[in-house]
Amino acid sequence: MQTSITNTATRYGWAMIILHWLIGVIFIGQFVLGVVMVRIPSQRASFELIQLHKSFGFLLLGLVILRIAWRLGNAVPALPASVGTLERRTAPLAHFALYAFQIALPLSGWALVSVSTLEIPTMPFNQFVMPNLPLAESDAAESFWSAAHWYLAYAGIALVALHIAAAFRHHFLLRDSVLARMITPSSDGE
Amino acid sequence: MYKRILGLVAVAACLAVPAAAAVSLGDAAGSYTISPAASSIRFTVGKAGGGGFDGAFARFKGNIRIDNSDVERSRVNITIFPESVGTGQNRIDAFLRSDAVFDAANNPEIQFRSTSVNRTSATTAVIAGQLTARGKTFPEKFTAELDGLKSGTIKFHVTGKVLRSRYGMDVGTPLYSNVVDFDMTLTGKRG
Repeated sequence: MQTSITNTATRYGWAMIILHWLIGVIFIGQFVLGVVMVRIPSQRASFELIQLHKSFGFLLLGLVILRIAWRLGNAVPALPASVGTLERRTAPLAHFALYAFQIALPLSGWALVSVSTLEIPTMPFNQFVMPNLPLAESDAAESFWSAAHWYLAYAGIALVALHIAAAFRHHFLLRDSVLARMITPSSDGE
Repeated sequence: MYKRILGLVAVAACLAVPAAAAVSLGDAAGSYTISPAASSIRFTVGKAGGGGFDGAFARFKGNIRIDNSDVERSRVNITIFPESVGTGQNRIDAFLRSDAVFDAANNPEIQFRSTSVNRTSATTAVIAGQLTARGKTFPEKFTAELDGLKSGTIKFHVTGKVLRSRYGMDVGTPLYSNVVDFDMTLTGKRG
């Protein structure tokens, strides 16, 4: 049996699994980095961490676009038969919301750096200059996008916490395959 | 204007003639105190993707001594107070003053002490010297162009490039260029 890159009717392929965990780690890491970078006393460290946050934000955006394209072009594995009606209805909504946050967070961050009156250029991992979004720069716009980015971050991380709690519930309480199938890829034999 | 041209000619002559003949041109020779009100020290740092940001130091002091017998023995000393940096954007000013860049609290002065003056034309010279910032000293060169001379006042336009990384101010590279372009107008008043 060979592991499969694509999803099957019941399992995720390794492409989806890798994207899921990579994005998950970056998403949570970005939240931690975002909180630390604006509280650290050293202005130098703060500046450099903010640039790193911007770099990972663009990496996240790229991975999320890839992930959404992959998801749209792949079968979505069905939930195990044991999953109840309520969860069967709400889980897709929660997952849709998770995707929405994955897109909205990097985009709102991009908007924030685009309208900032500090006019700090963006160079993801010092590789190339990322152009700004065509938005007018002003202190008011910067305050707006800064607040939007924060609220989205807190709401997004709350949803991620709920998502993790749900995964643990499936694994340790319900003892079904929901978490396990996001770890072990589908195989040709299935 | 006429007087200014005369002055430039006088200094040009002073720079051009051999040392022994310079005595009569006591016009330019002497000690000058840099007048901050009539001077400016501006700088530009280029940005990735084009453009750059400009700043200026509001407070500095210094003196220029033009040697009577040999222009190349002239001296210039400048002390800049980095606390006075201004870019028009308060957050950037605070960042520049902080330990990320100037660390103005612990290093309140940036000093330039000339070590040699090499005449490059009738009205221009390359001034070499020691620049000290954040406790680090390196040789730097600036180009000075005589921009005016009238009774008791001498004016130079000074330009030069400094690599900030050498002074522990490399934060933000490569987003912001390592090269700081200085553009100064230094007006000295005799005495």
